[in-house]
Amino acid sequence: MQSTMMPTAPRRSSAAAAGDFLRYRLGMWLLLLVTTVFAIIVVAPFAWTVSTSMRTPMESFSVPPQWIVLNPDWSNYARVFEEIPFFRQILNSFVVTLAVVVGQLFTASLAGYAFARLEFPGRNLLFWLIMATMMIPLQATIIPVFVIISRMGLANTLWSLIIPALPTAFGTFLMRQYFLGVPKDFEEAAVIDGANQFSVFARVYLPLVTPALAVLAMLVFNGMWNDFFRPLIFINDPLLFTIPLGLNDLKGYMATGSISVVLAGVTMSLIPVVIVYIFGQRYLIEGIMMGGVKG
Amino acid sequence: MSSVASTNKHVGQSKSRSRNPYRLMTENTLSGMARRKALMGYLFLFPTILGILVFTAGPVLFSFVLSLFRWNVFSPPEWIGFVSYQRMVTDSRALTGFWNSFIFVVFAVSLQVLLGLVLAMILQSHMATWLRYTYRTTFLLPMLMSGAATAIVLGYMLHKEFGAVNYYLGRIGIPPIPWLTQPTWAMVSVIMSYLWLSTGFAMILFIGGLTNISNEILDAADVDGARGLTRFWNITLPLVSPTLLFAAVTGVIGGLQVFNLPYIMTRGGPGDSTRTAVMVMYESAFKNMEIGYGSTIAVVLFLVILAVTAGQFGLSKRWVFYQ
Repeated sequence: MQSTMMPTAPRRSSAAAAGDFLRYRLGMWLLLLVTTVFAIIVVAPFAWTVSTSMRTPMESFSVPPQWIVLNPDWSNYARVFEEIPFFRQILNSFVVTLAVVVGQLFTASLAGYAFARLEFPGRNLLFWLIMATMMIPLQATIIPVFVIISRMGLANTLWSLIIPALPTAFGTFLMRQYFLGVPKDFEEAAVIDGANQFSVFARVYLPLVTPALAVLAMLVFNGMWNDFFRPLIFINDPLLFTIPLGLNDLKGYMATGSISVVLAGVTMSLIPVVIVYIFGQRYLIEGIMMGGVKG
Repeated sequence: MSSVASTNKHVGQSKSRSRNPYRLMTENTLSGMARRKALMGYLFLFPTILGILVFTAGPVLFSFVLSLFRWNVFSPPEWIGFVSYQRMVTDSRALTGFWNSFIFVVFAVSLQVLLGLVLAMILQSHMATWLRYTYRTTFLLPMLMSGAATAIVLGYMLHKEFGAVNYYLGRIGIPPIPWLTQPTWAMVSVIMSYLWLSTGFAMILFIGGLTNISNEILDAADVDGARGLTRFWNITLPLVSPTLLFAAVTGVIGGLQVFNLPYIMTRGGPGDSTRTAVMVMYESAFKNMEIGYGSTIAVVLFLVILAVTAGQFGLSKRWVFYQ
């Protein structure tokens, strides 16, 4: 792709070549300009959020926007914790996200391994049935799941956000693809050494697919940390809210107050995701491409 | 496969030499191992299958059953047959919801796919590596923001009097636009916000698709002198068409489920102008406590998603090209 953009066409007169080159350079600059405009549109809301989170209540919602705040008002950050139980909500988000990440890695790696490396009657049928459930949108199941959760006595508990999120058809597919990529020789070597099936899985195969675990962990972390729909329906006690619900509440409380407080909350909610993103960006990208290229 | 073959071999041998105790033992351990392996397979699948039955596959059927009852959670459910479906086709609010979802998906998904492809092609073109990585990271940033946070932030920025967007538009002489307070503009705002949030995702899909194009084909195109638009239409587009299909299918599935953005930015308003099908479902089931009617909307939404996806795959035979 790269090399082909350079005009390496058959020889022509040098004047035509120079014209080509000029047009090529002009095109490149134009593309760069378009891309930069898009980049600014993407970054501006982040910059505006952080800078406005530091403005005083008096000027919080006034124009012109101030991109660089010379005398930052940090009290907005403290106000978040006074208006809503934000500390508890951060904790809730962490508990739910971590539990679902660990749980999905567990269920998906077991199931993915079974489909990739174990032989049993009905394997293909089961695999395609599970893949078919990927088509089912969350909205089509949310009412019955709410009924089930309520009958189990789990409504309005953090369990209601964790347990239904543990089985994963996509994660199973993802792990299976990676397990298929591991040569079978490893297994045979381990069996000769007298290892049983579970330790072949846990000691031999699992360490070989750590990148896949990282990919799944990134996707699940991102999805769960930002989930809004499920908590909105399953949870009604503000002490059990996750961050997105808390922010929505905060926006309501601040309808006539300072939007800087709300934006301080948004800024804080971004910190964990940004940290995870810095370390795991490549896994996130790989995960999205896995869905697209091999799916 | 190899273990099955070897088991058979040993079974055959053991018939002829069944008296040899050593052979017998080998046979037992091998078939035993195959059986243990199968058992392990079911054991490993157990959590996933149980979970999917209880929380995904079962509930889809349960949804349909619920849609045939009238139930407000507090009193026992009452069988009413297909009454809810009849009610839905005359309920202007539900119909508006489906119509809004349709309009949203048409514009949001086509623009998302178009922008994603254009950005991916720009990033995959001749560009310094550091620049490419900087842009790629930048365009992925919105994925970090929750739908809720995006709705809050962009909602503030699109405020008619105090929003940053109208301020800068005013600077270049454009009068204030009622982004969230006029029906058509409100839909435009929700679509724009969705694009801000999700175009990076489509872009990554296309970068994956473009990287997969074999270099030989591109080199051949070069030798033949194909460039510019010709090259795009005849070479690049057919080769990324499988990714295009995937992006369109996942885009439609995701777009038909949109909820957070209109719910927080506009509360479905002004009027019902941004009330999507999922919002109507949510309000029926969890605000008005009409579990049966909410389930009806959920079932219809699911069938619409299935039909559209099947249609996309059916039509894809005409335009998707597999290398």
